[in-house]
Amino acid sequence: MAVASDEGRVSTSRTETAQARRPVRLFRNLMSKIALTPMILTAVVVFFGGTIWTVVYSFTSSGLLPRMNWVGLDQYERLWSTAKWLVSIQNLALYGILSLVFTLVIGFVLAALLDRKIRFEDTFRTIFLYPFALSFIVTGLIWQWILNPDFGIQGIVRDMGWESFTFNPLNDPDIVMYGLLIAGLWQGTGLIMCIMLAGLRGIDEDIWKAARVDGIGTVKTYVRIIIPMMRPVFVTAVVLITSGIIKLYDLVVAQTSGGPGISSEVPAKYVMQAMFGGQNLGQGFAASTMMLLSVVIILVPWALLEFGGRKRG
Amino acid sequence: MTLKTKLLAATAICAAGAVHAEEMEVMHWWTSGGEAAAVSEFAKALNERTDHTWIDGAIAGGGDTARPVMVSRILGGDPPAAFQFNHGLQAQELIEAGLMLDLTDVAEAEGWTDIVNPPSLLDACTYEGRIYCAPVNIHSWQWMWLSNDAFEQAGVEVPESWTEFTEAVPALQEAGITPLAVGGQSWQQNGMFGVMAIALAGQEDWLAVNRDKNAEVARGESYARVFQAFADARDWSDGLDVQDWNQATNAVIEDTAAAQIMGDWAQGEFAVAGETAGEDYSCLPGLGEVAILDTGGDAFYFPVTGDPDMEAAQKELAALLLSPEVQVAFNSAKGSLPIRGDVDLTTVNECTQKGLDLLANNQTLPSGNQLLSPDTTTQLNDLMTEFWNTPSMTAEEAQERYAQIIESAG
Repeated sequence: MAVASDEGRVSTSRTETAQARRPVRLFRNLMSKIALTPMILTAVVVFFGGTIWTVVYSFTSSGLLPRMNWVGLDQYERLWSTAKWLVSIQNLALYGILSLVFTLVIGFVLAALLDRKIRFEDTFRTIFLYPFALSFIVTGLIWQWILNPDFGIQGIVRDMGWESFTFNPLNDPDIVMYGLLIAGLWQGTGLIMCIMLAGLRGIDEDIWKAARVDGIGTVKTYVRIIIPMMRPVFVTAVVLITSGIIKLYDLVVAQTSGGPGISSEVPAKYVMQAMFGGQNLGQGFAASTMMLLSVVIILVPWALLEFGGRKRG
Repeated sequence: MTLKTKLLAATAICAAGAVHAEEMEVMHWWTSGGEAAAVSEFAKALNERTDHTWIDGAIAGGGDTARPVMVSRILGGDPPAAFQFNHGLQAQELIEAGLMLDLTDVAEAEGWTDIVNPPSLLDACTYEGRIYCAPVNIHSWQWMWLSNDAFEQAGVEVPESWTEFTEAVPALQEAGITPLAVGGQSWQQNGMFGVMAIALAGQEDWLAVNRDKNAEVARGESYARVFQAFADARDWSDGLDVQDWNQATNAVIEDTAAAQIMGDWAQGEFAVAGETAGEDYSCLPGLGEVAILDTGGDAFYFPVTGDPDMEAAQKELAALLLSPEVQVAFNSAKGSLPIRGDVDLTTVNECTQKGLDLLANNQTLPSGNQLLSPDTTTQLNDLMTEFWNTPSMTAEEAQERYAQIIESAG
């Protein structure tokens, strides 16, 4: 109705148009705005509402049921004096950094190799991408078996005659995170490779010709010219990888259940354990608030730099 | 009678039946072979002996997976007719929130206070003088399972107590046998610690710590002894990388490990492997140091539905679960002990008999689940498994952190 009356006014009087146009701005692209309303509402109510609710209740002593029983920062004090939480944070940092670096490097190298116009490219692409079709639960179970000291790699190598061969990461607290990392990389690099490959295919053939004319070597062309040109692709890849790292949970549950001991615990598992195993919602909320905080501190400034800057420029 | 009146009468009967016959969805996490057989005894009893129908709502994945599902169903306003929890504090908040059906009148009509043995089981169902759950079985942690053959290989007698066991350890190790089989999951290590605490620190100190939350006792000399023994056990379990409790039991069955400290559910594994109590394996309740059983187990809770017909059906089911025939059928299939002392199980071996004798003599303790909140239990699980997997962590350090957890629980 508002639109109809506005349009009427526009057609009748030109002098009014300039004044009328400003409020009308809200109604531009009205259909798409109406179509977006449910999503906006969902985002505001579910994401923001849920987040605020969680943060508020993290200051309470809620047990099995949420209850407004204010205890201030008690839950946070307990959280930061709990060995399991500290171990979880360290594990996530270790897994996160290594996973980010190796996924990008391996993903890019695989993509670059496939881009060299090799034979059977489709076959290789399928093979590398296949693990991504498996869930983390299946991945975790597969690698639990592969890394099992009796039936897996260690067992097979020992059967072949190398009796002293030891490769048992899942039962060694010091290196268990690397056992998880192997499985995570196996599952995740394929997708990153595909994204990188798409980026490489987007590079104009003339760039390569120009580089060749200038006598620049292949590796140097990649490092100095192609990679800087692929910046948006890398940004996408980094966002995908980091979101996967933060929510790391199912892989750990399937592969090690946090063991041996507490040596492969991760924050998301701590949250689940506190909320549902320990019937202590407040503690779980406090832990998830800390997870949110770390995401906000690390990701938001970076995202603003990356996406906000471009819009203005 | 004309056909018309006959039809009318039939319709009336159907209608009358429909008012009372309820479809009762019962949620539980009993999915392994023996457990499923046991729960089908409940279903059979309900279907055959009442008008109601049992709708099986089994959730695979154990209590930690099932409990959140049940709780969210109840909070979401779509409660099942009944659901299984462990005895104790797990459901306390649901009761406080008024979501559980008060079963006090059933309990009085059926005389539960007289028949339930030990009475602590009913205490665990009681909140502010009202009864909210129906206990169905007793499981006890206080058992050590020994492989007779392993001790024979090592050339020592099968020990009769923990002390004798510690003396046999060097001989076992020399024979290449892992003295103690322990799985990698935290609840196994914490449960084992509980058994050792009752056996080595004594009942009084154990109650002081677990019931009265006395941190001084937890810091004291008797618990230092327990932690020292626990640290020894840590060394003795080296060399066996297994996760699940039944894999550890299997090591004892195959004589690669000499002993396991595990609840009475482990006996099912020996039975499946075709081993005989007394000949192939031995059992020591209370580690042979104290004659006592803790009495954990399962209980059924009934959510408030606001539907009087359903309420009547729920109470009928509650009474049925505790009736003698159902108790016998269920517990014989599950391998647990019945909650009433006046029934006889169909098959009883040497070890089960030992357990029954202890129950008959009232040598029982409440279980950790009844005394400690799930939150505290989780903290203790974490501490014990960290200690177990960190060889550099000393017994004193673990004891101090244990005392702090007990202190904060109090």
